[in-house]
Amino acid sequence: MNLSGLKMIRQNQYGLDKVISLFFWLVPLIVTSLFIWILGDIIRGGIGQLNWAFLTTAPLDTGRQGGIAPILVSTLLILGVCLAVSLPIGIGTAILLAEFTPNHNWFGRLVRRSLDVLAGVPSIVFGLFGNAFFAKTLGLGFSILSGGLTLACMVLPILIRATETGLSAVPQEYRLSSASLGISRTSTLWHLLLPAATPGLLVGLVLGIGRAIAETAALIFTSGYVDRMPTSLLDSGRSLSIHIFDLSMNVTGGDANAYGSALVLILILLLINAIASYLSGKYSKTLKV
Amino acid sequence: MWKPKTLSLFPLRNWFKYRKDFLLVWLLRGLSAIAGIVILLILGFLLREALPVLEEVGITAFFRDDSWNPGEKSYNLVPMIWGTGLTMMGAVLLATPLGIVSALFCHYYAPMPIASLYRRLIELLAGIPSVVYGFWGLVVLVPLINRLHPPGTSLLAGIAVLTLMILPTITLVADASFAKVPPEYLMGAAAMGLSSWGTIWQIVIPSAKSGLFTGVILETGRAIGETMAVLMVCGNVVQTPDSIFDPVRTLTANIALEMAYALDNHRSALFVSGLLLLGVIIVLAIAAELVDREAS
Repeated sequence: MNLSGLKMIRQNQYGLDKVISLFFWLVPLIVTSLFIWILGDIIRGGIGQLNWAFLTTAPLDTGRQGGIAPILVSTLLILGVCLAVSLPIGIGTAILLAEFTPNHNWFGRLVRRSLDVLAGVPSIVFGLFGNAFFAKTLGLGFSILSGGLTLACMVLPILIRATETGLSAVPQEYRLSSASLGISRTSTLWHLLLPAATPGLLVGLVLGIGRAIAETAALIFTSGYVDRMPTSLLDSGRSLSIHIFDLSMNVTGGDANAYGSALVLILILLLINAIASYLSGKYSKTLKV
Repeated sequence: MWKPKTLSLFPLRNWFKYRKDFLLVWLLRGLSAIAGIVILLILGFLLREALPVLEEVGITAFFRDDSWNPGEKSYNLVPMIWGTGLTMMGAVLLATPLGIVSALFCHYYAPMPIASLYRRLIELLAGIPSVVYGFWGLVVLVPLINRLHPPGTSLLAGIAVLTLMILPTITLVADASFAKVPPEYLMGAAAMGLSSWGTIWQIVIPSAKSGLFTGVILETGRAIGETMAVLMVCGNVVQTPDSIFDPVRTLTANIALEMAYALDNHRSALFVSGLLLLGVIIVLAIAAELVDREAS
């Protein structure tokens, strides 16, 4: 369809059209050069900082010197808490919505609607909520646990949407033949549907991780600023994104290490992105069969 | 879209033939209830924290007080609302045409390999964390603007960074809605001898209208909610700006800056601004829903 549209349109180019199509090439060119500018700047500024010692030593002098080891550990712990909570809830909800809920069921519609709103909530509002609920009301304080739980609320809509898409891509014949064999729905789900939907699950997982790692505003008042090595989940821990923010805004002379941290963050995200597109490529191939 | 009605295949009495199915469904319902209740929890806790100050000074104080000075019991949010509104409007006005042109480029102008490469690039832009955009804005863009017109940290810097950040949203949504334009329309247009621009302007854009609206609503929400990038490049002076080179403070930046030391009514006032943001997002979600319903 895309190709036919292209051909259709190209056959008749009048004078003014030539000018307009020039403009249509100009905009992507500008966007691309801006992208290269941003990425190039981060790489140029960060590559000098990036070495093994930077990744494995603690920050010194409020981050101007030294590395980011405790910050990487905190980031991973926050991510771990986030996934440990959001994965069961997210996958469970997606299974219910995709497999056990008819289209017009009130409960399913209500859950869907509320997830749609949740997906649009600004991250700073998640931060306020996390601070009021997890840190204050539940008494977890500024801790990795508070931060991870706040992020869990944030990535739920992403996880659920991707898992649901994965499940609905499983051919209906699977369910029919399994039902005709008298297999329980639980076993059908466990042995047939979930394995077949694994690529969708993985894409959701990877997207959720990407969103969680990039997040800053939701963590400032939940996981806090402390840049020491965390000893428990109730310790405050500084994530990589907060480290970049703090170094560039609050620490004069912290730009060099901020560049280094930004490059590490970008590299992690590029890796995640590559995994996601590899998986969804595999995914769309299985879909076409 | 056709969706199998799974339930109808399994009449209710067969449904719970297996005890474990019964347990599974209730377990899943419990998990879904948790997922569904998060948004209510957020609303509830924001309200709970915002109520003390709302009860004490009322809603009008947030629009009528002399200034934003919570220490002196002045809670005027209007300059911050201007800050959020102006950065949002500037970014949406810039990003919408750029994004739509980008999507049209992918569909109708670029050869296949370039189009898919450009799509990948836009997806990567969408994945760059806001703190990295903010950092780049702070060390590259702000000094440039400073040379043009000091101080550099300004409404303009905020608009520029925000435009880049919301561009992927509108591009990807527009791209998806152009993909749904029936090919017969294009063939018809070609058969009538319409120019390529004429085809796009009179056939493609009108038939993708509702998708484009949804994209604008989504990018607006993103622009209003963005915190880190605007916090880092806008200068954060509480004022209604006179020019595009003046520093501004957005609602989100205000929360991020002051939460760390805010107590009592001050803290409560910050939750009021959070509630305001959430309110706008809910209105946008309803608008998106209405556009969607109109289309179908």
